[in-house]
Amino acid sequence: MEFDPFVLARIQFAANISFHILFPGITIGLAWVLLYFRVRFTLSDDRAWEYAYYFWVKIFALTFALGVVSGITMSFQFGTNWPGFMERAGNIAGPLLGYEVLTAFFLEASFLGIMLFGKSRVSNRIHLFATAMVAIGTSISGFWILALNSWMQTPAGFTIENGVFFAEDWLQIIFNPSFPYRFAHMMTACFLTSAFLIAGVSAWRARRGVDGPATVMVMKTGVFMAAILIPVQIVLGDLHGLNTLEHQPAKIAAMEAVWETERGAAFTVFGFPDEEERTTHFALQIPKAGSLILTHSLDGEVKGLNEFEGEHPPVAIVFWSFRVMLGMGALMLLVSWWSALQFLRGRTISNTLLLVLSAMTFSGWIATLAGWYVTEIGRQPWIVYGLVKSADVVADHSSATLTGTLLGYIGLYTFLLISYIQALRYLASKPAQSLSLEPGYKRTARVGETL
Amino acid sequence: METFLPVFFVAAMGLALLLYVVLDGFDLGVGILLPLADETEKDTMIASIGPFWDANETWIVLGIGILLIAFPQAYGIVLTELYIPVTIMLFGLILRGVAFDFRVKAGDGRKKLWNRAFFFGSLTAASSQGWMLGAYITGLQSSLTSWLFAALIAMTLPSLYIMLGASWLLIKTEGALFDKAVRWGRVALPPMGFALLLVSIATPIVSSEIASRWFTLPNAIGLMPIPVTCLVAYFAVYRLLRRPEYLRNGTNWVVYALLILICLMAALGLAYSIYPDIVIGRMDLYEAAAATNSLQFIFYGVAVTLPVILFYSAYVFWVFRGKATNLSYE
Repeated sequence: MEFDPFVLARIQFAANISFHILFPGITIGLAWVLLYFRVRFTLSDDRAWEYAYYFWVKIFALTFALGVVSGITMSFQFGTNWPGFMERAGNIAGPLLGYEVLTAFFLEASFLGIMLFGKSRVSNRIHLFATAMVAIGTSISGFWILALNSWMQTPAGFTIENGVFFAEDWLQIIFNPSFPYRFAHMMTACFLTSAFLIAGVSAWRARRGVDGPATVMVMKTGVFMAAILIPVQIVLGDLHGLNTLEHQPAKIAAMEAVWETERGAAFTVFGFPDEEERTTHFALQIPKAGSLILTHSLDGEVKGLNEFEGEHPPVAIVFWSFRVMLGMGALMLLVSWWSALQFLRGRTISNTLLLVLSAMTFSGWIATLAGWYVTEIGRQPWIVYGLVKSADVVADHSSATLTGTLLGYIGLYTFLLISYIQALRYLASKPAQSLSLEPGYKRTARVGETL
Repeated sequence: METFLPVFFVAAMGLALLLYVVLDGFDLGVGILLPLADETEKDTMIASIGPFWDANETWIVLGIGILLIAFPQAYGIVLTELYIPVTIMLFGLILRGVAFDFRVKAGDGRKKLWNRAFFFGSLTAASSQGWMLGAYITGLQSSLTSWLFAALIAMTLPSLYIMLGASWLLIKTEGALFDKAVRWGRVALPPMGFALLLVSIATPIVSSEIASRWFTLPNAIGLMPIPVTCLVAYFAVYRLLRRPEYLRNGTNWVVYALLILICLMAALGLAYSIYPDIVIGRMDLYEAAAATNSLQFIFYGVAVTLPVILFYSAYVFWVFRGKATNLSYE
């Protein structure tokens, strides 16, 4: 059976980028959380913050390494899989990626060494500085890569000659129409991912009784972070959606499975979009709600897929990914507010809630991936929206080559993902005391006793 | 600007790749040597590269990044032609990179597995880089000679990395491990010489034009310092490894420095051969260059950040100077 090389190249790139985003999705937020722990343990006498720092810095280092190696893969795959993209849009994409390497990669990679292993070799001040540089580096990295991604979604500030893009205004290129929304939405997603990770792992430890004195403090940090950020994220998501409606109406039509342009469109809660018959089977709809959400008016016009015949993304997967993201968001809101309420009232966190929190450990991953599938598959068939089609820039490899390497990547990534979660479990199952801090620490700690 | 920028970026790319070879080269070399050491020595060896490897590896990202930024046309051709070795190298770099953490965090039962992954990843990355170098300097052709040549470099280039790794251990370790590093260096030196010889003669053989650049007067005389420096440095390394007592008192960095000198000379020679082409015989660097205003935009970035990067990279090496101690987060 012969697969289409274009489809294989896309699956390969998607596999790579999906695997990659899991790890920066954690480290971008976790870096700042660690800086917070680090500052707290410098300022306060409560050594539990120190425990929190040393426990999470281990997980940070592991996660960071996975992000680095899968990120390097990406920088090569732009060329191995999509050489035509760089030939046409290299004048724009190149400098943005270049600035990411120059201003972020070296910063985080170099200071990571000091942050991880330099504690005893540099002053407290320099160590704090190194920790801050790592946090800043990870965020700068997000800035540049999201600038490029947003430019591919809503290109601006360029001219085209003979099919090749030339930069005209760098500020317009970087701060293109969708960038502020995408950047804010994604950074918040990263913080939510790490919030649920630290809360989830801590809840898992607490339930198993391996909790050190820092566990509750970390869980509290994660829960409050999530409880504050999730409403922010909902507003940001809504704004991002409005922006998409303005610039990429075909994507919105696919997200909502709106087949024909209409006023007062219904919101489809659930259903099975069928592109052949151009209808949604078993659709459960709320009348007018679609227009209300998208245009903030009961009978605003929503453009349907009929306007983009042949040039709209696959409907079912975009429709479903969007609902997975929304569902995850709702669940996050519920769980974080419920837990925050318990903390605020000074109640003990029940075993059930601990179980729910630990089940939500990787909820950020699911929501982030689903969101990326919406926006990236929703961009198809374009690689630069409205200007260059993905199919026109694919590399000319045989499908045998691509199948072989794809299987290799999938095998390797599966193995690494399992290893990562196992390592996390292993680290989480070790009592905090086995982190070789000063002896006698346990007696002075009182924080764990609220549980 | 139009002629200056492409030359500036090709030089910056050369510098980044050279730094990659001499820096991540020792990481990969230490990784390849790992199975030859006992359990405690393994920890020391990894500790000697632990704080550095990530930043070291970033130089290849910068090198490939500059190719992408400044020469997008060549980036497409080179990476499409080298698809298979690039993919294998990435698998290697992935395994090596994650093994650092997994070997100490996945539980004691799995340390062996991750030590093996560390070795295997380092070796595969080194070998596939040799393959890429071999294929690149024979002009990315799919002829049998080109393949054989690439295979030959793939088998011998790891010896350069082993030499770099061993010389790094001379700086970072003492006692039994130091003695082992000396022995490893002695074994790896002849194949390294062979690999460099191969790389040196390849380009003149492939291209008669390159041959004439090297072997006609007066160029030949002006170029003499390159092979002569290499030969002198090679024999100096050879002698020092025979008499390791000279290396103990504050001069233990000399072997590594000599190897850097050899790499620098090889890079200069290669640059002289290839210039102004960027894909040999197919595309020169002006044809491949990106638009001038794009190059200008990133030029300011490079001009400002590169010195800063070099400064704090050097600072990190300074912080972790001296003999390797066991890695600890505290």
